[in-house]
Amino acid sequence: MTKNVLAVDDSASIRQMVNFTLRSAGYTVVDAMDGRDGLARAREQQFDLVLTDQNMPHMDGLALIRALRELPAYRQVPILMLTTESSDAMKAQGRSAGATGWMVKPFDPLKLIEVVRKVIG
Amino acid sequence: MSIDMSQFHQVFFDEAEEHLGQIENLLVSIDLRHPDAEELNAVFRAAHSIKGSAATFGFSDMAEITHVMESLLDDVRKGARALEPEIVDACLAAGDVLRAQLAGHRGQGKADPAQAAAIVARLTALDGAAEAVRTAAPAPAASPATDDPAPTSSPLLAEVFDVRFVAEPHVANEPALLDNLLDELGRLGGVDVVQRPADGAEDRAWWLKITTLMPAATLRDVLDFMAEPGSVDIRAAGADAPDGEGSAYGLFAPLPAASPAAEEDEAAYGFFVDPAPPAPVPEPPPAAKGGDTSIRVSVEKVDLMINLVGELVITQVMLMASSQGIDPVRHERLLAGIDQLQRNMRDLQDTVMSVRMLPISTVFSRFPRVVHDLSRKLDKAVELKLLGEHTELDKGLVERLADPLTHLVRNSLDHGIERADERRARGKPATGTITLAASHQSGHVVIEVGDDGAGLDRERILAKARQQGLAVPDSLTDAEVWQLIFEPGFSTAEVVTDVSGRGVGMDVVRRNISAMGGRVDVQSIRGVGTRFTVRLPLTLAILDGMSVRVGSETYILPLTLIAESLQPSADMVHSISGVRRLIRVRGRYLPVVELHREFGVADGKSDWTEGIMVVVEVDGAQVALFVDELLGQHQVVIKSLETNFRRVKGFSGATILGDGRVAMILDLPALAGGVRRLHPVAA
Repeated sequence: MTKNVLAVDDSASIRQMVNFTLRSAGYTVVDAMDGRDGLARAREQQFDLVLTDQNMPHMDGLALIRALRELPAYRQVPILMLTTESSDAMKAQGRSAGATGWMVKPFDPLKLIEVVRKVIG
Repeated sequence: MSIDMSQFHQVFFDEAEEHLGQIENLLVSIDLRHPDAEELNAVFRAAHSIKGSAATFGFSDMAEITHVMESLLDDVRKGARALEPEIVDACLAAGDVLRAQLAGHRGQGKADPAQAAAIVARLTALDGAAEAVRTAAPAPAASPATDDPAPTSSPLLAEVFDVRFVAEPHVANEPALLDNLLDELGRLGGVDVVQRPADGAEDRAWWLKITTLMPAATLRDVLDFMAEPGSVDIRAAGADAPDGEGSAYGLFAPLPAASPAAEEDEAAYGFFVDPAPPAPVPEPPPAAKGGDTSIRVSVEKVDLMINLVGELVITQVMLMASSQGIDPVRHERLLAGIDQLQRNMRDLQDTVMSVRMLPISTVFSRFPRVVHDLSRKLDKAVELKLLGEHTELDKGLVERLADPLTHLVRNSLDHGIERADERRARGKPATGTITLAASHQSGHVVIEVGDDGAGLDRERILAKARQQGLAVPDSLTDAEVWQLIFEPGFSTAEVVTDVSGRGVGMDVVRRNISAMGGRVDVQSIRGVGTRFTVRLPLTLAILDGMSVRVGSETYILPLTLIAESLQPSADMVHSISGVRRLIRVRGRYLPVVELHREFGVADGKSDWTEGIMVVVEVDGAQVALFVDELLGQHQVVIKSLETNFRRVKGFSGATILGDGRVAMILDLPALAGGVRRLHPVAA
């Protein structure tokens, strides 16, 4: 069965790139344009993996992760942060918010596939 | 599998442009003393977003600028420093450079790398006290991107970095790309290659010593695009060798058994916890996302469609005309069909025309910046108000409106709005207001450019007009005096400024707007302000016309310019020194254009009392056109004479009538201009 990925990013070009890349790799991808939108999508349907940007309007990535972890259906679902900032402080924040891991932007699309494969097969 | 990133470029371009527009809009409107936190965040996010995408899609030049911008804006939004005017200006200038770079990547022109370097230096200089020492030497900072060899920077200020990285395979296998990379680094400072990976060697690491004024982050940014993610290690020379930390990924928890490869991988990502084995997913609901809700179509296709609809309209009008005399009882269904056709035709026409419509915000959006820059230059405090930005009008008109409106706005700022001290002395708020408002009014688009400045000076305009040799009686109404500013070569600014130019302009504004089938009026009250009103047709392709007959010829007049029509009685006809005759309408004398004479129509009526006078209002003055009779109002599809034949004086185009004959559309400004010069309007 195809795995579902929710990709949350306020940048349309990044969304398209992630969407295209993961679809090419055989995943189903749903986009969301910010944390609030992402949370709404996640409530509508169950995803196997959530990829989220950090810096977004309305609700940032950390807030989204915290909100998702409040939902019983997303307590165990892997969540990766795609972020340009890889400082230790950011990592610590991501970790305590409940993120599964992180990936630094800019990234190679093939690397993204590789990481997603590692997480959800 | 390889993924072609260029397919996402268009989206990136559009998105970056949008973000740049947003940055500009927010920055010019922001309150410097009490900036709104959400606005600052939005500016930061926009810069951040461009940086992220630009880096992802390999536009390193844009990423470099937005990177410094972001870091500067980050300090501001966190409250670490105040939003100084210089920061706003530098970010606006950076936006301009980014636009140029964006255009370059779109294949429109070429961005100047020296400009990019200069703006990076300017932003870097502003960015925090930490860099202040290094950037205190302005010369090297301002010139790093020229083609000169590496700047020989002062060793006292420059730092030496040990830089280690692994080149991306596609870079490593391409000597030209490697040379580029070294060149690019060379622009930042002196580069020594300590270790270069041998061909086919297991260890693919590069080791460079770079002497530079730039912070390590700048080096990292350059390398990020060429080096394998996470392989870049930069530290001050003399520090310990890299130990694998501080890279672009990390692991906080043992990796899941399923992913043993991750540990030795480059550090581009990491896991905080074991990714849980994916829970079995219940029946997946249908995808929540529908298809795209808009498509891009070339303007040519739309124009072709509009043209075809125009042809259809003509055919439909012809069918209607032919059905006039037929028996309504016997042909009931045919007539009902023609009726239905007419209704559907009108809807189709409206729909197709609306495809070409753009909101006027596409023009208005440039003005916050224009006003910001100019008000700083003139040292005037001005607030710009935009109203009705969603008003739509034809794309062709939108594009041609930019210049005249810019001129009007600059004019208001330069000549209209007074200096703050002057305003205070007159009991006005120190900050002047310029209002740009657009609205739809009975089939027209009306755009107003208003200011609360000094207003037009009647005496000065009259004096200036006389000096220019224009015959102007003192009895002119204010409205007529204001029209004088649209005369060629007219400028009342006492000092010619580089802002509003040398008095060329207002006449060009009026000419441009007339060429679009529109008109511009001005109202002004001394000390209170001035308001220019531009009135335009909704579209260029279809005209509401009045058809008139002159002899056996039919002509079309733009309905919008017609003030009234009347049948003159003998006592209304007047001669002046036998040269040319006027008619007197309600106490005003109007010059007359006899169309049969103008166009040499032999069988036209020549006795004024037998025909009709159509009073038209052009450029603020009224002129009467003498025609045989009025035929009726209808919408006509404009066919350009230039495209199909050549330009003909006195006609702005042609159309095809319901009976298949061609009728010329009159160019009223040209026709009226001829007589007005001979007859200044008397009150």
